[in-house]
Amino acid sequence: MSAVAHGAGAPAAPAGPDTATRGKFLPYLLLLPGALWLLIFFVVPLAQLFTVSLQSQFPGYPGYYYRDVNFRNYLDAFTEFAPHFGRSLLFAGLATFFAFALSYPLAYAMAFKAGRWRSLMMICIIAPFFTSFILRTIAWRQILADEGPVAKVLNTLHLLPGGHITETWMAVVAGLTYNFLPFMVLPIYASLERVDPRVLEAGGDLYANGFTTFRTVTLPMSMPGVLAGTLLTFIPAAGDYVNAELLGSDRSTKMVGNVIESQFFKVPGGYPTAAALSFTLMALILALVFVYVRRFGTDELV
Amino acid sequence: MSAVTQPEGAAYKPSTGKRIQAWLADRFAMIAAILVLLYLFVPVAYTFAFSFNNYKKSNITWNPEGSPTLKHWKNPCGAPGVCESLVKSLEIGALATFVATVLGTLVAFALVRYKFIGRGAANVLTFVPMATPEIVLGASLLTIFVQGFTNVGLDLGFWTIVIAHIVFCLSFVVVTVKARVQSMDPRLEEAAQDLYASPVATFWKVTFPLVLPGIIGAAMLSFSLSFDDFIITNFVSGSETTFPKFVYVSYLRGIPAQANVVGFSMFVIAVTLVILAQVIGNARKPK
Repeated sequence: MSAVAHGAGAPAAPAGPDTATRGKFLPYLLLLPGALWLLIFFVVPLAQLFTVSLQSQFPGYPGYYYRDVNFRNYLDAFTEFAPHFGRSLLFAGLATFFAFALSYPLAYAMAFKAGRWRSLMMICIIAPFFTSFILRTIAWRQILADEGPVAKVLNTLHLLPGGHITETWMAVVAGLTYNFLPFMVLPIYASLERVDPRVLEAGGDLYANGFTTFRTVTLPMSMPGVLAGTLLTFIPAAGDYVNAELLGSDRSTKMVGNVIESQFFKVPGGYPTAAALSFTLMALILALVFVYVRRFGTDELV
Repeated sequence: MSAVTQPEGAAYKPSTGKRIQAWLADRFAMIAAILVLLYLFVPVAYTFAFSFNNYKKSNITWNPEGSPTLKHWKNPCGAPGVCESLVKSLEIGALATFVATVLGTLVAFALVRYKFIGRGAANVLTFVPMATPEIVLGASLLTIFVQGFTNVGLDLGFWTIVIAHIVFCLSFVVVTVKARVQSMDPRLEEAAQDLYASPVATFWKVTFPLVLPGIIGAAMLSFSLSFDDFIITNFVSGSETTFPKFVYVSYLRGIPAQANVVGFSMFVIAVTLVILAQVIGNARKPK
């Protein structure tokens, strides 16, 4: 580890984006254990899952497969479960939008207004993890239930078409928004924290009002965080099945995650379909992410 | 702008409406932030309240008869499975956090401090697990565990959960520590070397203490993610039960209020520990 302290002869530059030096063996040595772990327990399993997604069933023996190149699994998976894919992307998109709207003021206040309360606010964001998200999701089910406070008030005001929140898409989106909010707040906060408050004052000195400063200075400078946050919210939300399971209904709110889970655990012989669904979901997400990063991206993401 | 036209010496006095507007604008973000934090706590408060419920069959509706009661708090391990699963979750979280933090910190240093062939690929390799839906991670690990590892005697259970948790914790550690190393001023290390500190001494006396807060933050994030993980755990756990899995599985039969007691206590313990650590850290900081 000693050579981490790099050459003393390097020019005295301020902390720039890339102060890396050339290394021969050391970087590989540092990298080796972590990279091996990810190769064995991430890359290889994905490759294996891919071969499973191409397997065919022995006719007449449900639950027995043979190695094959059966892309039909993908076609079937996509056509049979297209509504589930649609819901996954739609619910995750809505949840990402709401999470962004809730997170930005929080991250902004932490970065510029909180002062010594900053670390306490950080604790408040992470601490609910320890109550277990399953318990909190079930609590939401109670809060949003027909006899709960939210539905009662909305129903008294006749603002709830259909009369229910739980068992509908609204509860699922609310649950996704809530559960993935920390993954939106933390990256946005991390990038806002790096913004020098003097830059914002400069905006004011140049006669920009608060909103103009925010729109032309703060927001663009926080874009890497916004980008990372939206991805870290959208991706897990699109693959989630717990919220749809606990807050949604059996028919109209099931997402791809629910199908994958039940194909794996409840449907005999469902492995290839589940694997094909998993890869289709990955491909859809990657495609969306690619377009999104191309549109808004910076290279600071990776 | 109007201040420019004021006569010299006279203080600029905005109208009351303007003052209220300015006050609101200044505090809008903070007020919104506090509201969002309260929203984050709503279900935690609900969990807390229902730990005092004297329920009959399932702890879903409030039973005014005999509530609030302290009986679940007096006997938190009274319901079978609650404390056993909690202990498993803590063990798994500690193990996964330790391994992920060590491996991830090494990777982060390699990625920030060195240029080498394959650096881009290594960057992508550490980032992609974070961008993979949990269900895909879980499904792929289950496939490989069932089709490969059970042959060499590694059955689904405690260790497969630990292995899986290390995978996703590792990514978060790398990203967190990387950010910390990147934001360090390299001149501090150069100064140490100018003062004839050996590279080893420079690392342990300068670099490491500066990066340590990032490493601690990464470890805390890892532990929280591992402790709260359900989806991946559910895929690779076999018959082993962690706390989130216990709650999920018992949902249909009715979750015992002891789970609420444990869930809320863990929340309080986590907050207390972190605040304590900060107070101690502040006290030890040289004035």
